Amino acid sequence: MSITLDHISYSYSIGTAYEKHALKDINLTIKDGEFIGLIGHTGSGKSTLIQHLNGLMKATSGSIYYNGKDIYDEDYDMKELRSKVGLVFQYPEHQLFETTVIKDVSFGPRNQGLPQLEIDLHSYEALKQVGIGEDLIDCSPFELSGGQKRRVAIAGVLAMRPEVLILDEPTAGLDPAGRDEILDQIAKLHKERKITVILVSHSMEDVAKYVDRILVMNKGELVYSDVPRKVFANYKVLESIGLAAPQVTYVMHGLREQGIAVDTNATTIDEAKREILKWAHREIIEG
Amino acid sequence: MIRDITIGQYYPKDSFIHKLDPRTKIIGTFVFIISLFLFRNKFLPYVVVIGFLGLVIGASQVPIKHIVKGLKSIIFLMVFAIVFNVFLTSGEVLWQWGILKITKEGLENAGFMALRLTLLIMGSSIMTFTTTPNHLTDGLEKIMNPLKRIKVPVHEISMMMSIALRFIPILLEETDKIMKAQMARGADFESGNLIKKAKSLVPLLVPLFVSAFRRANDLAMAMEARCYRGGEGRTKMKPLKYRKEDFISYLILVLYLVSLVVVKKVSPV
Repeated sequence: MSITLDHISYSYSIGTAYEKHALKDINLTIKDGEFIGLIGHTGSGKSTLIQHLNGLMKATSGSIYYNGKDIYDEDYDMKELRSKVGLVFQYPEHQLFETTVIKDVSFGPRNQGLPQLEIDLHSYEALKQVGIGEDLIDCSPFELSGGQKRRVAIAGVLAMRPEVLILDEPTAGLDPAGRDEILDQIAKLHKERKITVILVSHSMEDVAKYVDRILVMNKGELVYSDVPRKVFANYKVLESIGLAAPQVTYVMHGLREQGIAVDTNATTIDEAKREILKWAHREIIEG
Repeated sequence: MIRDITIGQYYPKDSFIHKLDPRTKIIGTFVFIISLFLFRNKFLPYVVVIGFLGLVIGASQVPIKHIVKGLKSIIFLMVFAIVFNVFLTSGEVLWQWGILKITKEGLENAGFMALRLTLLIMGSSIMTFTTTPNHLTDGLEKIMNPLKRIKVPVHEISMMMSIALRFIPILLEETDKIMKAQMARGADFESGNLIKKAKSLVPLLVPLFVSAFRRANDLAMAMEARCYRGGEGRTKMKPLKYRKEDFISYLILVLYLVSLVVVKKVSPV
């Protein structure tokens, strides 16, 4: 089970003065069960890229294979693909429309044509997974708080039981507590249900803690595709394309420049702490 | 997909027509439209009309291809008008089949109606192609100013118009986004019969309305925070002012009308 992108390019308004290349020759394989962070500056093409993964946008050239099948084949079932590759858009709470939370969440499974019992089952389960309690399921989604709305909207995609979950900036506009809550829940989902997760963000801090691999996009091109520490090692290049490594990276590099021999590969606060303690330990024993 | 609406979209250029005062263009368009209906089916006056329109299009530097593209949106209306005119005009019968009959007058009417509609759309689109929406509402407000005396809320109307125009592209983009979001949840906007199609629009329209209201609320708040309180005593950064070119244009407009009347009088058919 995997998604493979083979020389994918996409251009807007071909043949006019406004022609713009949003994606340039992207080659990429996303393996089953991976947790991927997709990072790029505004307008780098990351939103365009993820809309290709579930067939909402069609590449100008190149092909995409989902589990080895070409999704641009004429008899390929796009609806099936869209329920396998769940896409949560930016500000997903703006798509809520039903009269109650549970009805809204069951919109996806109902479109899948499941029997009523399974619709209910999947919807309740999805709501539970995002931490929406039973007391809220019969409320109007418009009465909820911003963070709750967003979680209901995410549940709306989860209820379709996708094999791949793509989230476009799921934390935009949330306070730090709400941000951590959502990211932790996504990480838990990834662990428990073993689904592939692609997390789109422009903040390295957000993704560094969770992901196995980071994809960095700049001006429609895939610049890096590697484990976080290797990507962050290029923090100077990241800065030049309008991104930044996590603050921990800067601290570790700063310490190193001061002559303190720590490993600059630490990407999270915990790792950094361990590194610094290790150094202190060495110093004390030597000194 | 929905963004390809060319009718009435501003076409940036720096031509004579672009630089005219919006009032000149509004009044000019108005006069032009009336002039189309001044005379019945006579051939010669239309030569004058087409000549005048050609002159204006030339001066506006908007490519003719772009203007013709805008005509696509009225094809349905045009066919409708032609069919009705062809079959429902009484007169000298040329062809008959049951109750359907085609008359010489009908064909003539239909032809001229199509010509008139084409000229009307082309003429008025020249105005919107060469004038930004803001300028257009400014001009309208100024023209309607005398109506203030009979308590018509002129400023409010023009403010509403400019806000409405401003929001069209935003709402189109929003529609696109919500459509995609619901398609990602398996919504199907294309297949099914009419009732099913109408029903499938609910997941699109509800969020769209909610977002329109939210945006309206935010905008009202932002305007109030900047002390907006209607048109009373409000001044403009760039007040509209007639220039030499505008007077020349009015002169040309009068010349056009006079020549039209003269041609109509002397025209035999």
